[in-house]
Amino acid sequence: MSSEAKPKAHGKPRIGVFKFASCDGCQLSLLDAEDELLGVAGAVEIAYFPEATRTMLKGPYDVGLVEGSITTHHDAERIQQVRRQCRKLITIGACATAGGIQALRNWKDVDEFVRAVYASPQYISTLKLSTPIAEHVPVDFELRGCPINKYQLIELITATLAGRKPNVPTYSVCLECKRKENVCIAVARGVPCLGPVTQAGCGALCPSYDRGCYGCFGPMETPNTASLTSQFRILGQNDDQVARAFRSFNAWAWSFRKASEECERT
Amino acid sequence: MSGTSGRTIKVDTLARVEGEGGLYIKMTGDRVTDVKLKIYEPPRLFEAFMRGRHFSEAPDITARICGICPIAYQMSAVHAMERALGITIDPMVRLLRRLFYCGEWIESHTLHVYMLHAPDFLGYQDVIELARDHRAVVEKALRLKKIGNSIVHLLGGREIHPVSAAVGGFHKTPTKNRLRELVSDLEWALETSIETVRWCSKLQFPDFEQDYEFVALRHPSEYPFNEGRLVSNRGLDIDAAEYEDRFAEVHVKHSNALHSVVRGRGSYLVGPLARFNLNFDKLPEVAQKVALEVGLKPPVKNLFRSITVRAVELVFACAEALRVIREYEPPASPRVELPNRAGVGQAITEAPRGILYHRYAVDENGLIVTAKIIPPTSQNLRRIEDDLREYAGHLAAWPLEEATWKCEQAVRSYDPCISCATHFLKVVIDRK
Repeated sequence: MSSEAKPKAHGKPRIGVFKFASCDGCQLSLLDAEDELLGVAGAVEIAYFPEATRTMLKGPYDVGLVEGSITTHHDAERIQQVRRQCRKLITIGACATAGGIQALRNWKDVDEFVRAVYASPQYISTLKLSTPIAEHVPVDFELRGCPINKYQLIELITATLAGRKPNVPTYSVCLECKRKENVCIAVARGVPCLGPVTQAGCGALCPSYDRGCYGCFGPMETPNTASLTSQFRILGQNDDQVARAFRSFNAWAWSFRKASEECERT
Repeated sequence: MSGTSGRTIKVDTLARVEGEGGLYIKMTGDRVTDVKLKIYEPPRLFEAFMRGRHFSEAPDITARICGICPIAYQMSAVHAMERALGITIDPMVRLLRRLFYCGEWIESHTLHVYMLHAPDFLGYQDVIELARDHRAVVEKALRLKKIGNSIVHLLGGREIHPVSAAVGGFHKTPTKNRLRELVSDLEWALETSIETVRWCSKLQFPDFEQDYEFVALRHPSEYPFNEGRLVSNRGLDIDAAEYEDRFAEVHVKHSNALHSVVRGRGSYLVGPLARFNLNFDKLPEVAQKVALEVGLKPPVKNLFRSITVRAVELVFACAEALRVIREYEPPASPRVELPNRAGVGQAITEAPRGILYHRYAVDENGLIVTAKIIPPTSQNLRRIEDDLREYAGHLAAWPLEEATWKCEQAVRSYDPCISCATHFLKVVIDRK
């Protein structure tokens, strides 16, 4: 279904930015790229980006950037329409790639959740699960992060338009941390840190700010979550604490999800 | 074109606001018969899933309600938790939190003034179009925005969802020298903000004044960020702990949305206009001077002039950031030790868009029992609809397309953040 990128015969590539359940932060990253914004805007046609412009042009789009997770019937239908209109569909951020923090409902009774927040629950239409875009339609590339790294976004847009593979590493935060010459806070100070199982991309931010990584970029390629779970226990963390560590902004990502469920079983 | 007997102003997707909403106004002649600010942003149910999480997670989790003003969420969360736990923070941590907020205000206000709101006044669809004719203005705006972001970046590691805020203080505090690196940029930013006030003041403002109840924090010696009594121009003067006694969320049938109202009175306005009108005397001289120079003097009752008031707050935020950097000495410890103990705490802080209320109850293990979050946009929603009910009538003779744009501009004056508001809003998906 996802068609290959055909360079347009003429004109600038058309970009659409689409939002589902999310905080707006990942699409804001584009406006936060202050040094690159006018350059990007010169190289592409921003055809649909309601957060930034009143101009809303119809598809098809060469590249669709999708932020947010699917949490309503309406959005489950809308993502199908968006997919049909985009030659390349790229998901940006933890909501779109893993269901986001709102996926914490996935282990609970969503009706009870709605009753807890809303006085008239009958007016709320919501699904039992918050799910990533790729569970609904084929996705050409998933950019991780809560929020995404704006330089990775610029690289991704550039690579996609050039028809090459984006340079986005899939190794762990530990590599970035070593490169920054940080002293390992887990080893030296016994601070629980998700760095060994979390994909790089943030620049090992939390260890650089004297705290353990909390997993914004989701699981790295082939993470050893079982080993990290044992390590957390050695550091004195109980099952609830370990489960909570895996169960945050990328809770529904497969390996983090399994790791948190393991803790509940023990 | 004009004087039509009945018409509908409809905007399916409101542009240049944070989050997704639509606007529907029904008119008969010059009478407005229905106003709906439709919110179709899906609910994310934060207050529910925060139950059972540890209090120390609240600043990181609630930041994710809004990518535009994560620091506001972090600040309301840490202050509410500190109150629940009965702890007092280091004075230097307090100062650093003001600097953190300055960064967010500079970033968010610049985004709104130049990129989201100014295009309305000048007849452009967006900032990219604006840049085609006014490249130098936009380049300055981008630099100003970046300087705000650089404060957040320095203190918290990244602009969106920074990682350093903690209950009890910060995970890590900067050295004096690191902060000094910001000074020359901030001096430029202060001058540029003053120019921004003058630039905004020359825009054309529709003649539209309303009798608002303005609600904002008020502190004895400072323009408000994190502390103060909650006051209004109609005699309100309360502590955060009394907020839910004096304000109510009501269910409005026509929009199926919960709107905040002052109990026994009705709609109210939060954000830059309210802060400016209630705290003009606390602005630094440099901000007061340029405000008076362009004819801004409290009470400002014209909604559309909020763009200039936002620019005055930019002047304040730059001046305040420079003051904090001058006075800052690293605290002995970045944060105080935190007890696990049961308690309830409320806090109100001033997000760029207005007051943000948090209340938490935590148990003896430090786990959250209940959470309540009332964002600024939800507090402004009823007021936005009241304004449109009045303002759309003024536009009865205007061509529909222009009237629609003007109504959008009025909504954007509030800098609404629908992503935030939806955590408590009744969401209606209109499938008609």
